[in-house]
Amino acid sequence: MIKLSDVSLIFGEGTPDRVEALNNISFQLNHGDFVTVIGSNGAGKSSLFNAVSGLYPPTSGVISKNKVDITRWPEYKRAAFIGRVFQDPLMGTAGNMSVQDNLTIASYKGMKKLKISLNKQKKNEFRELLSQLEMGLEDRISDNVGQLSGGQRQALTMLMMVLSSPDLVLLDEHTAALDPRNAEKVLELTSRFYSNYKLTVMMVTHNMKMALDFGNRLIMMDRGEIILEAEGKEKSRLTVDELVKRFHDIRGMSLTNDETLLS
Amino acid sequence: MIEGIFVEGLIYSIMALGVFMTFRILDFPDLTVDGSFPLGAAVMATSLVGGFPIWTGILLAMLAGAVAGTITAVIHNELKVPSLLAGILTMTMLYSINIRVLGNKANISLLKQSHMISALVDATESFMNAGIAQLFLFTLIAALAVILLNAFFHTDLGLTLGALGGNERMVVAQGSNPKILKIIGVGVSNSLVALSGAFAAQYQGFADASLGVGMVVSGLAMVMIGEFLIRSSKIHWLLIRVIAGAIVYKAIMFGGRYYGYRIHLTPNDLKLVTGLLIILSLIITKTDLLSRWKKRHQND
Ligand SMILES: Nc1ncnc2c1ncn2[C@@H]1O[C@H](COP(=O)(O)OP(=O)(O)OP(=O)(O)O)[C@@H](O)[C@H]1O
Ligand SMILES: [Mg+2]
Repeated sequence: MIKLSDVSLIFGEGTPDRVEALNNISFQLNHGDFVTVIGSNGAGKSSLFNAVSGLYPPTSGVISKNKVDITRWPEYKRAAFIGRVFQDPLMGTAGNMSVQDNLTIASYKGMKKLKISLNKQKKNEFRELLSQLEMGLEDRISDNVGQLSGGQRQALTMLMMVLSSPDLVLLDEHTAALDPRNAEKVLELTSRFYSNYKLTVMMVTHNMKMALDFGNRLIMMDRGEIILEAEGKEKSRLTVDELVKRFHDIRGMSLTNDETLLS
Repeated sequence: MIEGIFVEGLIYSIMALGVFMTFRILDFPDLTVDGSFPLGAAVMATSLVGGFPIWTGILLAMLAGAVAGTITAVIHNELKVPSLLAGILTMTMLYSINIRVLGNKANISLLKQSHMISALVDATESFMNAGIAQLFLFTLIAALAVILLNAFFHTDLGLTLGALGGNERMVVAQGSNPKILKIIGVGVSNSLVALSGAFAAQYQGFADASLGVGMVVSGLAMVMIGEFLIRSSKIHWLLIRVIAGAIVYKAIMFGGRYYGYRIHLTPNDLKLVTGLLIILSLIITKTDLLSRWKKRHQND
């Protein structure tokens, strides 16, 4: 469905600060995939998402969706089929607007129409949807989102993301800033939405165990490259120790720096 | 006299609604206002002098304002300059354009012209005092503006404009092009400002290229005074309080103009007073004096 061919993303070309955030990445994503993405800090995981979402168009290479070249599409246009959730719970919602306003904006992608779609029926629909989150938000639909907790806000972001049935979901450490209970909750929502809405998901995590427990595919990144891919049975047989060892074999150095971070 | 304060407040409240839209909703501090207000006045005056019907002049003024706002938004979008600089550029260019619109003169008198207000007074003078008639008309216009803007901010597009000021990333993530949204927002804002200018020209009986000096600052003062008068986060109250703020602002200015001599104020000091009003508002908001004052009185 989404295909990256030789995608490179270089920052600060021609300066001493030149960084190859992505180095000739080729990767194909099929409908229904749930790919977990791991790698140390600065490995290029967020850059991969930024290139796919259109925030930073690649320096070279081609990104296509169902054989349509979207490499130069601006971010807002790609957002029509991409849903993204960030680590920061403030990023995905407008804090100055109410819960129902946010949901209305998220009901459909693209240029918003000059019509009032937030009516009684819509509000009931929203209450219904919010009750799925089991956070009591169904009783707070006219409260400003700024008054919600980080966990509630992130759960709302997840709900807003699935509302427009995106073809591709990019989750960038979307539970990392939450307390353990809320993180658990948002993860549970992730799996539930994945199966209920038949999503295609890429999820960055620093938790190796999580990367192994979730999804049907796993990629490990390092210095802008995909250094390890595992799929299906191969992935389900992987263990944390095995991953650490494989990294060592591939890079010829140990993962000591990250072991603490990743476990 | 008291109607005069209300009428002036209501006329300028349309401009303040425009300032509210950019400064408070879009988080796009827009200084185009100092140019688009006299632009509206100039277009209206020239249209009247040219013999066009009143409504044509009003529509042309609004259109001109929308174009001015669009230019500011496009400069900001495409040249990636801050909104303040984009607004100053348009405002400065408008100074020359306004003089051209006025027929290479600094002002046009409308005293001998038939216009909206003279027509209103002629039609109602048999049964109504002119001041009251104007009060009726502009109350109606301000109410209409609030109702229409309120409806607009409840549409999907209006909600998205509201979100844009709070979190642009979120709006992009929902698939809306922020550039287009800014053009719409700043365009509508400046068409309101120009409309206000068109009314002001007819009310005062002239259009002048220097009519807009300090306009954005007085609009901001009106918005901030309104914020003290009514506390709410509901959009209809946010709009209504702009109107209230404009009337109170005009009352303060009126007081300054007619009674200020007692403390040796001259009309030339009013811009200073406006600036000080804003600074005072900022100090009160920053230090949260109002709620502290309330708390102390509750404890008493
Ligand atoms: N906007 C930018 N400008 C300059 N350099 C950048 C930019 N974004 C990322 N980089 C650089 O690209 C490299 C990859 O960064 P990226 O954010 O993709 O890493 P990551 O794998 O997401 O790391 P983390 O786990 O810390 O989030 C880093 O060296 C980073 O400094
Ligand atoms: Mg990252």
